[in-house]
Amino acid sequence: MAEFRTCPDTGFKIDLAADKLIKWNAVTAVVFLLVGGLFGLMVALTRWPAVHLLPADLFYLALTAHGLDVLIVWIVFFEVALIYFCACVLLNARMVLPKVAWLGYILMLGGAAITNVAVLSGESSVMFTSYPPMMAAQEFYLGIILFAVGALLACLVFFATIITAKKERTYEGSLPLVVFGAMTATIIAVFTILSGAVILVPTWLWSLDLLANIDTLMYRVIWWGFGHSSQQINVVAQISIWYAIAAILFGAKPLSEKVSRGAFLLYILFLQLASAHHLLVDPGISSEWKIFNTSYALYLAVLASMIHGLTVPGAIEAAQRKKGFNKGLFEWLRKAPWGNPVFSGMFLSLILFGFLGGITGVMMGTEQLNIIIHNTLYVPGHFHGTVVVGTTLAFMAMSYWLVPTLWQKELVFPGLAKWQPYLFGLGMGLVSTFMMGAGTLGVPRRHWDMTFADATLGYDFPAAANLMMGLNGVAAVIGSIGAAIFILNMVGTILWGKAKVPAPAAAAEAPAAPSVTGAATSYGSAGTMEVPGTFVLALIFLTAFILYYFVNWKYLSGVWGLS
Amino acid sequence: MSIFPPTERVWWNQPIEKTEVMWVTIAFVWALVMFFMMPYWHISGEQNLSNEAYKVNPEVYGEKVEAWAEKYTIREEGDTGIPVVRPPAGGDVYMLGRTWEWWPIVELQKGQSYRFHLSSMDWMHGWSLLPENINIQVHPNYEMIFTVKPTSSGEFGVICNEFCGIGHHTMVGKIYVTDK
Ligand code: HEM
Ligand SMILES: [Cu+2]
Ligand SMILES: [Cu+2]
Repeated sequence: MAEFRTCPDTGFKIDLAADKLIKWNAVTAVVFLLVGGLFGLMVALTRWPAVHLLPADLFYLALTAHGLDVLIVWIVFFEVALIYFCACVLLNARMVLPKVAWLGYILMLGGAAITNVAVLSGESSVMFTSYPPMMAAQEFYLGIILFAVGALLACLVFFATIITAKKERTYEGSLPLVVFGAMTATIIAVFTILSGAVILVPTWLWSLDLLANIDTLMYRVIWWGFGHSSQQINVVAQISIWYAIAAILFGAKPLSEKVSRGAFLLYILFLQLASAHHLLVDPGISSEWKIFNTSYALYLAVLASMIHGLTVPGAIEAAQRKKGFNKGLFEWLRKAPWGNPVFSGMFLSLILFGFLGGITGVMMGTEQLNIIIHNTLYVPGHFHGTVVVGTTLAFMAMSYWLVPTLWQKELVFPGLAKWQPYLFGLGMGLVSTFMMGAGTLGVPRRHWDMTFADATLGYDFPAAANLMMGLNGVAAVIGSIGAAIFILNMVGTILWGKAKVPAPAAAAEAPAAPSVTGAATSYGSAGTMEVPGTFVLALIFLTAFILYYFVNWKYLSGVWGLS
Repeated sequence: MSIFPPTERVWWNQPIEKTEVMWVTIAFVWALVMFFMMPYWHISGEQNLSNEAYKVNPEVYGEKVEAWAEKYTIREEGDTGIPVVRPPAGGDVYMLGRTWEWWPIVELQKGQSYRFHLSSMDWMHGWSLLPENINIQVHPNYEMIFTVKPTSSGEFGVICNEFCGIGHHTMVGKIYVTDK
């Protein structure tokens, strides 16, 4: 029989087995953020021409490890913690099959360790995409496969738990929106992991010499079916966190359940073939296929993100206005708790994801526009705008609430925590921007030496490109300090944090969790609240989007004729 | 609140807030505009990749490129004597990627169209023409053919922007474009 404790801050009933699993997965995630982040810093310092830290072989090794440890290991471990939190805590439910959840955890950890050892021993610097015919050590693929099996078990536990919760009536009516989001993410995760299996299992067999060859084009089509869908999991997880934080801090209720849930559904329906936008300049793929899969499939997912981009701040605005922050367009936003990292992290994530990650992703996912950025540094620039200042920052914001609440401890460095989202958001936002800038000048990604010193023929980049790579290095240092403060705060809080005093009065300023019970009120229906401020923000976003999109068509029209 | 079940049990019948309706409409129209830009550019834009590609054995492709280069070589360059090949205007141009070079150097004429062939002899490579910033993924076993019309003259670099092993950053080729 499951044992429960009651959370003193929120009143949720927490299954002790789930409690432990959430904590272990979250802590493991943070450890890998540390490891992967260090590799990222080394990579950025190597790409800073004046520093050029690592020798070539170690650079490619570090880049492979960076991609794997942050994009896959940190993010997925955190997501597992998140879906367990949603299924068990938010539904007051017992975790079904905790043993399977532990098995999943062990497989993921073991798999991550195996792949890391393969990479660090130097025979597997193939980048996390591991395109054939370049072959890594077989353990490299094996580790990823084990990791994926572990993640699949976590998905299974999630579904079993929410189904049981429904049966045992631990909650009334429909799933909470945040849990609905988590469910969306988990459904996409199952699809993602299966695509991953379809491509990685044969590749593993190939590395064991049991399969003669892997077609490179087929590999890219299916691998990105896995690689891109996994990014959609991140987007959905991050948006669920936005909603959760809006609810926790402001008691915000979605403007309309129907719209927000519909938007989540769009992700499931229309994302699958968006892997196409990774293949826009590959041979042997027709334009019709590219256009269909990037527009029909991708744009309806983009539409979903644009909807959430309005409804999340809209929900906050409505809640704030209800509390009386009604002056002008933006009092609700000015008077938001900008000193609370839970809020600032979440709101920066929303803004930076939209402007840096979202707009640029749609631009470069356009069939012809892709020609002028494919495989340049623009691409990592774009996804540091999505997966770093979007997803990672949202996860950090959530952690500032989750860790003190679950462990019932005070943050060790609340003063530093106040600044951390700005430091990380600004630093990594600039990393993203400078990489994109360098990419528009043609600076390649995954490249050790843009001066081509050892090449027979050379090419000189304009001075602006070198300058941007230097600034990128500086920004990376700032961002890394931000990441380090986060990690220090989390580890420090868990290890040495003072036990929380169970006095609700403390909730005023510190990032402690405010009471969430009883705040739910009814609006968004009949006596609808207006959200003019949010609408203006949305129009500013749209204007930037349209301008940027057409500026790039203008660039394209200036290059050599191609047909 | 979003972390609790909806307060109205039949939430799907609630009316939608008008800002949301407006925004969803605007965003949808914008998605349509972005969709139509792609077919529109195929019709009236000057920069579209062709869909022409063939399966090819790397050795066969290599021989083809060498035979072609031999025919049109006009000089050799650098310590390694890499040929500079100038095909007739409007003709075929071949380039191959292998660890770690783009071979051969090509000389084209501004304003003329060429049928450009690209393939790899070993790993995947990334054909990146600079400073134009035209980028194409190059696979082994696939020969991609597209029409190129240089609209500017001078010396252009071709670098590799798909990781192709430890010498990846030394993989540089060249294209000259002459005015006449
Ligand atoms: C400490 C902060 C970080 C810094 C300084 C940093 C910096 C960089 C740099 C400079 C590159 C290299 C681009 C290239 O040469 O191609 C890179 C690649 C990458 N980064 Fe980060 N990054 C950081 C955090 C993250 C995080 C948190 C994630 C994911 C959640 C991430 C995901 C990636 C991925 C997937 C790549 C591509 C690797 C590849 O091309 O194989 N980074 N990063
Ligand atoms: Cu190459
Ligand atoms: Cu290369």
